[in-house]
Amino acid sequence: MQQPGRAAEIKAKGIGKSFGSFRALDNLSLDIGRGEFLTLLGPSGSGKTTFLMILAGFVQPSEGKLFSDGVDITNRPAEQRAAGMVFQGYALFPHMSVEQNIAFPLKVRKKSASEIKSRVGEMVERVGLKGHEKKLPAQLSGGQQQRVALARALVFEPGVLLLDEPFSALDKSLRGQMQAEMKRLHQETGTTFVFVTHDQSEALALSSRVAIFNHGKLLQVGRPDEVYDRPANRFVAEFLGEINMLPVKGVRPADNGATGLCEDRAVNMRCKAEAIKGDAILAIRPEDMSIAPEASINENGIAATAVASTYLGAATKLDLTTRQGARVTVSVPNEVAAAALSKGNSVWLTWPAEKGFLLPDGGQ
Amino acid sequence: MRGTLSDRMGAALLMAPLLLFLVLAYAWPFLGVVKWSFTLPTPGLGQYHALLTDDLVQSVFIRTLRIAAIVTLVSVTAAYAITVVWVRGSPVQRVLAEFCILVPFWISVLTRAFGWVALLSNRGLINTWLQSIGFISEPLTLVRNEFGVIVGMSHFLIPFAVFPLASAMRSLDERVLLAARGLGSSRMRTFWTVFVPMTRSGIIGSAMITFVFSLGFFVTPAILGGGRSVMIAELIYLRIFQSPDWGLGAAISVVLVVFVGALMALLFRYVKPKQLV
Repeated sequence: MQQPGRAAEIKAKGIGKSFGSFRALDNLSLDIGRGEFLTLLGPSGSGKTTFLMILAGFVQPSEGKLFSDGVDITNRPAEQRAAGMVFQGYALFPHMSVEQNIAFPLKVRKKSASEIKSRVGEMVERVGLKGHEKKLPAQLSGGQQQRVALARALVFEPGVLLLDEPFSALDKSLRGQMQAEMKRLHQETGTTFVFVTHDQSEALALSSRVAIFNHGKLLQVGRPDEVYDRPANRFVAEFLGEINMLPVKGVRPADNGATGLCEDRAVNMRCKAEAIKGDAILAIRPEDMSIAPEASINENGIAATAVASTYLGAATKLDLTTRQGARVTVSVPNEVAAAALSKGNSVWLTWPAEKGFLLPDGGQ
Repeated sequence: MRGTLSDRMGAALLMAPLLLFLVLAYAWPFLGVVKWSFTLPTPGLGQYHALLTDDLVQSVFIRTLRIAAIVTLVSVTAAYAITVVWVRGSPVQRVLAEFCILVPFWISVLTRAFGWVALLSNRGLINTWLQSIGFISEPLTLVRNEFGVIVGMSHFLIPFAVFPLASAMRSLDERVLLAARGLGSSRMRTFWTVFVPMTRSGIIGSAMITFVFSLGFFVTPAILGGGRSVMIAELIYLRIFQSPDWGLGAAISVVLVVFVGALMALLFRYVKPKQLV
C-alpha cells in the first residue's frame, strides 16, 4: 500500500473488531497475495465490509495486526495508506467534474500540472469516458459514475484497490458489462483487488480467490472452483448456490473414498471420510444430478417422484420428492423434465461418485 | 406534493388563517405605505427623487449594506464552526453546541442588546477588566458605534444562520468524506476542498437569511449604535415618528421591501426552501 505502481501483499493476523457488545469480526487471519483478485463474500452483517474498512484504515481493529509488504500498518491512518477505494454508491465529489474527480488524488500528491493532465487523460480513455470530462457526476448514468469511481481509485496507481459492493446499484446487463471491464482493469494494472459482494455468482465469476464470511468469521478461502465443489461446511455449500442435502447412514472409508447408505441404497463417494463417520449429509449440486429410468446396482441412485418444474429457458429446474421424503432439486434439459413430469411416477436420480461431498450431520 | 383535489383543498384550508393574517396585518397596511410614498406631502415621485439625492439617506443606505455584509460574514463564519460541532462533534460536544444555539432564542432581543451595553461600555466588564490587568489605560470605544452594532447583531443572528448550514451538513454523504481521505487527502484539505464546497447551498441560504434580517434590524442598532450608527429601519422610524416626513419614510420602506423581495427571489433560484430548515 505504500509503493505506487506496485501491487501490494497484505497479511491480516488475528484481526478482531467489536462494536460495543457486537462482535463484527473474530480472529481473522488472511494472506492476500500480490496482484490477486480476492473477493470477500458473505451475507450482510457477516463482517466482510468491516474487514474492508479495516484494510482501508477507516475502522481501527480491536485486536490483531495488519501488514502491507511486511510493514505493520495497523495504526497507519487511511490517508497515509492510500489504498484505492470504490464505495457503494460511488461517493464521487458532486461539485467536481469528471476530470477534477479523477485528478483529486494526484493533486493531493502534489503532482505537476502536466503529469496530472496526461495521467487523467490516459485514465479517462482507459475507462471509456472520453467526451464526458467536463460533466458533473449528476449528469452521468450509473455505469458512467462507476467508471469515474474506478478511474479515480486507480489513477494514482495504488498498491491495492478496495471495492465495496460497487455494482449493487446497477441493472443486470450493465452489471455484467462492468464486471468484464473490471476484470480487464485488473489484468491491465496488475494491482491487488479486494472486492466485497454478497452476490455469489459475481464472486465466482471475477475472483482468483473467494473468502467466505458469516457471523464475523472467515469460513473458507479458496479458488472459486474449490469453494464451490469442496465447501468446508454447510453454510458455504448453501451460500454458493443451490444444493441438495441427503442424509447418509453408516459412512465408512472405502476404496478411493467413502461409502454409506442413502435411502437404503449403497452410495459411493470420492471424498475422504476421515473426519466424518456414521451419519452424515451428502451434498450434491442440482446440475450434477441426472434423471434416469433406472439405476444399476453399481451406480449412485435413489428413487424419486417429480412434483413441480420451473422453466428457465436453457434448462428446467425440477423439484422431486424421494421415497423417504427428502426434497431434491435438479437442473435438467427441458425435454427430460417434461417426460419425468408426464410419467407422474417414479424416476431415478443418479450422480457420479466424484460429485457430491460429505458434511457433518446437522452441523453448520 | 401532488395530492387529490380534496387533499389540496384541505392544505389550503389549513394555511388560510396564516394567509389571511398576512394579508390583513402586512399586505394591506403596506399598500397604505406605498400610497403615502407617492402622495405625501404632495402627489408625485418627489420622495423617490429626494431619496436619490439626499446625502443622509444615501449614507444610511450604504452603512446598512456595509453593516449587513460584515454581520453576514461574521455570523455565517461563526455559525459554520458551531454547526460543524453540532452536527459532527462527539455526543457531549453536540449537546453543548445545541445549548449555545438554543439559549439565545429564550432571551429577548432587548435584554441581549442591554447585555452587550453592560459588557462593552466604557465602564463595562471588558474595559474595566482590560484596565485592571493594565492592558489599556483609556477605555476602548466598543459600543455606541458600528463595532457594537456588528457585535450585537451577529450575536442575534448566529442561531438563525445555523439551521440552513445544519441542513446542508446533515444531508451530506459521509462516504464522500471517507473517499477523500482514502485517496490521500488530509483532514484539513478534505474540509476545505470537499466538505465546504459540498455545503455551498447551506452557506448561500445562511448568508441570505442573515443579510436580509440585517437589513431590517431596528432594536439592536438603535441601542448599541447610540444614534451614531443609524441603520435604515431606525431612519424610517425617525422619519415617521420624530419628524413629520411620512412620505420619505414610506418611500424608504418601499425601497427596502422591494430590495429584500429581489434578494429572496434570487435566493430561491439557488436554494430550495426545504434546504433552509
